[in-house]
Amino acid sequence: MVLARSEVVRGRRPRPVRGTAARLGLMAVPLAFFALFFAYPVAAIVGRGLKDGGRWQLGRFGSVLSDPDIVHVLWFTVWQAAASTALTLLIALPGAYVFARFDFPGKQLLRAVVAVPFVLPTVVVGSAFLALAGRGGLLDELWGLRLDTSVWAILLAHVFFNYAVVVRTVGGLWAQLDPRQEEAARMLGAGRFAAWRRVTLPALGPAVAAAALMVFLFTFTSFGVVQILGGPTFATLEVEIYRQTAEFLDLPTAAVLTMVQFAAVLGVLALHAWTVRRRETALRLVPASQTAHRPRGRGQWTLLWGTLAVITVLLIVPLLVLVERSFAGPDGYGAVFYTSLRSAGNADSTFAVAPLDALWNSLAYGAAATAIALVVGGLAAAALTLPRLGRGPSGRTALISRFVRGFDALLMLPLGVSAVTVGFGFLISLDTPPLDLRASWWLVPLAQALVGVPFVVRTMLPVLRAVDGRLREAAAVLGASPWRVWREVDLPMVRRALLIAAGFAFAVSLGEFGATVFIARPDQPTLPVAVARLLGRAGELNYGQAMALSTLLMVVCAGALLVLERLRPLDHSGEF
Amino acid sequence: MSTRSRITATALAAAVGMSALAACGAPGGGADAKTVTLVSHDSFNISKSVLSAFEKESGYKVRILKGGDAGKAVNQAILSKGNPQGDVFFGIDNTLLSRGLHEGLFSPYRAKGLADVPAGLQLDKGAHRVTPLDYGDICVNYDRGYFARHKTAPPKTFDDLLKPRYKGMLVTENSATSSPGLAFQLGTIAKYGQDGWQSYWKKLKANGVEVVDGWEQAYYERFTGSAAGKRKGDKPLVVSYASSPPAEVLGKKPAPKEAPTGVATGTCFRQIEFGGLLKGARNEKGGKALLDFLLSKKFQQDVPLQMFVNPAREDAAVPELFTKYGTRIDQPTTLPPGTITENREQWIKQWSSLVLK
Repeated sequence: MVLARSEVVRGRRPRPVRGTAARLGLMAVPLAFFALFFAYPVAAIVGRGLKDGGRWQLGRFGSVLSDPDIVHVLWFTVWQAAASTALTLLIALPGAYVFARFDFPGKQLLRAVVAVPFVLPTVVVGSAFLALAGRGGLLDELWGLRLDTSVWAILLAHVFFNYAVVVRTVGGLWAQLDPRQEEAARMLGAGRFAAWRRVTLPALGPAVAAAALMVFLFTFTSFGVVQILGGPTFATLEVEIYRQTAEFLDLPTAAVLTMVQFAAVLGVLALHAWTVRRRETALRLVPASQTAHRPRGRGQWTLLWGTLAVITVLLIVPLLVLVERSFAGPDGYGAVFYTSLRSAGNADSTFAVAPLDALWNSLAYGAAATAIALVVGGLAAAALTLPRLGRGPSGRTALISRFVRGFDALLMLPLGVSAVTVGFGFLISLDTPPLDLRASWWLVPLAQALVGVPFVVRTMLPVLRAVDGRLREAAAVLGASPWRVWREVDLPMVRRALLIAAGFAFAVSLGEFGATVFIARPDQPTLPVAVARLLGRAGELNYGQAMALSTLLMVVCAGALLVLERLRPLDHSGEF
Repeated sequence: MSTRSRITATALAAAVGMSALAACGAPGGGADAKTVTLVSHDSFNISKSVLSAFEKESGYKVRILKGGDAGKAVNQAILSKGNPQGDVFFGIDNTLLSRGLHEGLFSPYRAKGLADVPAGLQLDKGAHRVTPLDYGDICVNYDRGYFARHKTAPPKTFDDLLKPRYKGMLVTENSATSSPGLAFQLGTIAKYGQDGWQSYWKKLKANGVEVVDGWEQAYYERFTGSAAGKRKGDKPLVVSYASSPPAEVLGKKPAPKEAPTGVATGTCFRQIEFGGLLKGARNEKGGKALLDFLLSKKFQQDVPLQMFVNPAREDAAVPELFTKYGTRIDQPTTLPPGTITENREQWIKQWSSLVLK
């Protein structure tokens, strides 16, 4: 009876139209958000650069792009991103395997630690890395090995940053691949390598490609790492945009370079969207808990210890050096830099900020940014996972589905646009009431949310897609109210993913530096901003305090990620 | 069906929430006669007590906005010209001054107390679009311990740096990416002229000058005199600030007899920082009161320990940290702001191809 009525309803209104309406309804908020806080400001600053007296000056493209200095920058940007990506894959893929297939004590903790660099601000990472590989660093002391101002420092720092991207993207899927398929192939006579190549590799391929493209995107737009470690001879496109905008106020050149970067990032994102779609092809997935086991045999133990050694040298030691320096006071080890953060003679200054205050500011901004990112990203992910559009190949639905795919890529764009472009854009576009946000407290969380949304979407999408629509229908058929359907069917499945998304958005907000330093109010600096300010002054005390604050930030980030590990559902792989 | 309407309702609720959020931000952007807004760079600081004393006396509430480093803050002000973020700008220095004046950023106002500022600092005399508020010098710093151990006298002048005995000892910053680096280059241009500076740098390069990108790296990683670098650096000479030696003493107990580092007094380039009333300021009256305050003795005496620069007023007392451990620079080099603005980009390019390639 109930069933019959639902059939009637379905008959009266064709499904695609309803789907479209709901989808557009869901997309309204994210679209408005991105239009207002991303597209409009960026278009305003680019337009200012490319327009002269109301006329577009497209000839600029030719003159800028034929400048040999710019050509050199473009070449270096592509080259180092490709090299960084290759190196990251080479070093992190064995790690992905180890995390996916082996059980060992401290695995959860290690997985959280490995992700810490990813959410740390580059100022902190730069000093940590210099402490390891720079002059007088650990490697220098031990073996006279120095990597500062060489391209190797940049590449290794990029591995340090992006190791977690590969481990999480590839490892997450790998853990769920049914090992019995490979075993079956071996039973049928395939050698170990052939079985892996024929069975596992094709299944992992799209995930590896997706991870590689994300690493490429992050390293292509690298700013802080190149500035701190690159020495004066290396500059990426992002660094050049910063210089042309912030130093020379050469907006035309900056606008051309921004457009070039935009096009490149769009290309990478389109490829990424394509590989992610390919990944959604049916794979036999099993819970990760069933595939992991204690390492067996000499080869597996070697692999495990090798991976642990790499992680220790490349990821943990730089972080530990940071901690060590925060305790290395003028008179031996102690907490002097921590206590002095509050009690120093300059405590009366607006510069001096008690660590707890900076921490509190960071947490407050991060919480607000997370809330915004969850609303925007959650709605966007929901819009992207509504049932597929009608099969009828009418022109309109095809157009809409293309639009939806474009929307998917749009959500990732903020990751590829420089903070200074967005910051200057805010300044010249959000400057009239009621949207004069230039001095508003909300500016910081809004800018941070721009970076957080992609993470929310990427975390929510696979989970939302996995919720079986038939469950909802069954519940409704059995007489549950819509609210109850949501509470009993959707919420339990989505809650964890939502919490994980929140955690990631939060951690990314905590570490966000480029946009925050631009707009944070002086009386409310975040931890990264306070660190950068201290690092900008001479003296042991300032340096030590910077290290102490960095350590504090690191501990908070690691804590947030550790909580995430506990929440991590066993049966899904996120895309980060 | 019901799922859909639920989703749409959520979307609507969220949309309402977002617009409420946008509305929340609005009052922060508005101005009222009781608030006066100061726009500045990252290094701006003030004692909380000094600030609240002004707020109590004047009845204004001061809001401070910072926009990155000095160059970025000035460029922000230029971009938002006519509809400024605040009422007063603090921190446009002589290397950027004429760009700001050319853009017409400021309304003229003669701040009280200008008579106590030496004439050498008053670069906009007569027009009063900007008011000099502080100055600092960028000079080569040396590690006292290193030169004592090697029984050598540290260099004093630009010419000294070319001597074979200082070969390979100096580290400086990239002019294109670091403001002390640029200031040091400007110092050499002031000293050797537009025709001579390039040959000076050729000789400096031949004498082993090393260039790194930023001040942090030069000072903390390479300079032997930085205690924070655990003395692992390898360069006893670094381009830094005249106020760096006092900063090295900060927090040291007991206080040492002299700073562990010193300043080569003949290598200094003077940076003067100005403030001005922004054209189009919403609270012009408050802005004027704030400018008067910035030039008042109370604020001027607060400047050294907050920003590690010298007060513009001659009659402002300077703290012991500065008088005891700092060095007075009597004859710094400097260049007219207009000349700097005209040539800045070209000089940086020439320097890059000369020194980096």
